[in-house]
Amino acid sequence: MKYYDKLIFELSKEGRKGYTLPANGWETSLDELPEGLGRKAAPALPQVSEPDVVRHYTNLSQMNFGVDSGFYPLGSCTMKYNPRISEEIASMQDFAGLHPLQPASSVQGVLRLYKELSEALSAITGMAEFTLNPFAGAHGELTGLMIMRSYHIARGDYGRTRIIVPDSAHGTNPASAAVCGLEVVQVKSRADGLVDVEDLRPLLDETVAGIMMTNPNTLGLFEKDIKEIASLVHGCGGLLYYDGANMNPLLGVVRPGDMGFDVMHLNLHKTFSTPHGGGGPGAGPVGVAAHLVPYLPVPRIVADEDGQLGLDDDSADACGRISGFMGNFGVLLRAYAYILMLGRQNVRMAGPLAVLGANYIKESLRDCYRLPISSVCKHEFVFDGLADQESGVTTLDVAKRLLDYGFHAPTIYFPLLFHQSIMIEPTETESKETLDSFIEVMRKIAAESASEPELVKSAPHSSPVGRLDEVRAARQPVLTYRDYIDCSVK
Amino acid sequence: MAKTIEGLRYSESHEWVKVEGNIAVIGITDFAQKAMGAISYVDMPDVDDELSCGEEFGAVESVKAASDLYSPVSGVVVEVNEELCDAPELLNSDAFGNWIIKVEISDPSEVEELMDAAAYIELCNKA
Repeated sequence: MKYYDKLIFELSKEGRKGYTLPANGWETSLDELPEGLGRKAAPALPQVSEPDVVRHYTNLSQMNFGVDSGFYPLGSCTMKYNPRISEEIASMQDFAGLHPLQPASSVQGVLRLYKELSEALSAITGMAEFTLNPFAGAHGELTGLMIMRSYHIARGDYGRTRIIVPDSAHGTNPASAAVCGLEVVQVKSRADGLVDVEDLRPLLDETVAGIMMTNPNTLGLFEKDIKEIASLVHGCGGLLYYDGANMNPLLGVVRPGDMGFDVMHLNLHKTFSTPHGGGGPGAGPVGVAAHLVPYLPVPRIVADEDGQLGLDDDSADACGRISGFMGNFGVLLRAYAYILMLGRQNVRMAGPLAVLGANYIKESLRDCYRLPISSVCKHEFVFDGLADQESGVTTLDVAKRLLDYGFHAPTIYFPLLFHQSIMIEPTETESKETLDSFIEVMRKIAAESASEPELVKSAPHSSPVGRLDEVRAARQPVLTYRDYIDCSVK
Repeated sequence: MAKTIEGLRYSESHEWVKVEGNIAVIGITDFAQKAMGAISYVDMPDVDDELSCGEEFGAVESVKAASDLYSPVSGVVVEVNEELCDAPELLNSDAFGNWIIKVEISDPSEVEELMDAAAYIELCNKA
C-alpha cells in the first residue's frame, strides 16, 4: 500500500485548471446582481489539472480497505461480497435520476418494485407486511419499538414501559429503547451463552412492553428456547422484537415469524449484500405480524381499485413518519436484485455455507485461541483472546497484527460478556483457500505472541500508519483541515 | 494479576470505598481499570447530587467500551476529583491512588454489606 496523505488543497497551483467553461450566453452580467448577494472574495477552490484530480482520488482510494480488497471477517457486520450486477442496476439512469417528489403516476414501476421487495421479505421472514422506510438497523429498531408502543397504547394499555434486553445484545438495542422512552431491563445469559429462561420468568408482568432478541445471538448461538420464551412473553401481554442483524445464517431456513416474533428489522446492507461500512447508506426494513400492520409508519404504498399504486400519508393508527420519503431507494434496489439473482433455491444456500465457514475457522483455531463456548456456532463465533495469556499479548494486538498480513481485523471487545472478545464472521462468499490463509495467519500470530511478543504488541508495521494513539484521538479529535493546521502550529 | 488493598471495601461492580469518618471515598479497582483498557473520559456527578446505594453516578469511557459507575453507598456527593477531567489516564496508572467522588454516608450499615479484599479477590478470580 502506497502511503498518501495529501489534501487536494495542498496540490493547488495558482492558475492551473483542467476545464473550460462555455462562453456566457446570458445578456446580464454578474455586476447586475443585487447588492449583498455577490461574494466579496473568490471561493478558495483548489486549482488543479485533470490528472492531478484523478491521481489524488485514486491514491486516496488505495489507502482504503474494503470487501473488494480482501477478507473482512468483521463479526456481526456480515461483510459479504457485493455483486457487481446490483451496482449496475442501481446506477441505471432510469433509477438514479428519479426524484422523490415525482407524481406517483410517473413512477408506477418503482412503486411496484417496493411492493415486490416487501413481499419477498415477508416470504423470507414469515411476517405479514414490511415498511422499507427506515435507513439503518438501529433506525429499524426504533421504528419497531414505536410500533410496539403504538399497539399497546391503542389498546389502552398505558403501563407497558419496560423492555427486556439480554446481556449479550447489540448495544443498539438498549440505546433504541432509551430513545423510544422505554426502561431497559437486562436478562442474563446462562453459562452456555443462551438467554436464561429462569432469569426471564420473574421479570415478566403487566409493565413489560416486550423483549428484544437476536437469534442467533451475538455469540453466534441459536436460542433454542425461543418457542418457550415467545409463549412466556406473549403470556404476560408483551411482544417479541427480532433484531435481524444476525439473520444471515437463517436465510431461507428458519423464519422469525414462525419462531413467534411480532416485529423485526432486517439489515439489507448485511444479509442482502448491499455495500456498507464507514456509516454509509443502509436500509433497515421493519416487518410486522398481522395484528401490528395498522401501526406501520407512513408513507405506505397502496393500490386503488384500478390497480394504480400510490402513497398513503394518512393513517390514524400509524406510529408516525420515520423518514422524509421512502427510505434509501438505491439500497433497496440492490437488495431486490440480490434476492432475484439468488432465487428461492439458492437463497437457502447462503446460511448453511456461512455456518460451515464459521465452524471451520473455529475448530481450526481453538487450540491457539480461548473458546469460552464450544458448541456448534451459526454464522459467527467469539474467542476470548489467546489460549496462552502469559505473553501479555491482547486481543487488540492480535487485531493490529492481522493488518500486517493483509486482513481486516475481526470485531474486538464485543460482546462484553468476555474481556478479550474476538468476534469472527467469515460469510458464505469466501473460498476455502481464503479461510485457510486466514487460519494460517491467526496461528502464526499466536506463535509470534509466544516467541516475539514485542513484534505483535507494536503492530501494525506495514500499514500506512502505525499503532494509533486512540486515547488522544478520542480526547483531541482533529476533524477538519483547520484543526489540522491549528494542531500542526502547536 | 490485579492489585487489591487490605482495609478497603469493594462492590460487585468493581468500585472501591475507603471510609474516612462519615465520608466514603470512591474509585474503581485495579481489576476494573485493567479490564477497561486505556481510559479516555470520566463522567462524574455534580457536588450536592444525592445518590442511593446501587444508583448510577457516572461512567468511565475507554477505547474499548463505556462502563457505568454505581454508587456503593447512599449519600450526598461532597467532592468530585476534578483532576480526572484533564487526566482520566490517572485511573490506569494508579486506580487506588486516584479517587473519583467523595460521598457523605447516610447509612453506615451499607458499608458493612460490601466485600473485603479477600472476598473481592475471589470474585475477580471467578470472572
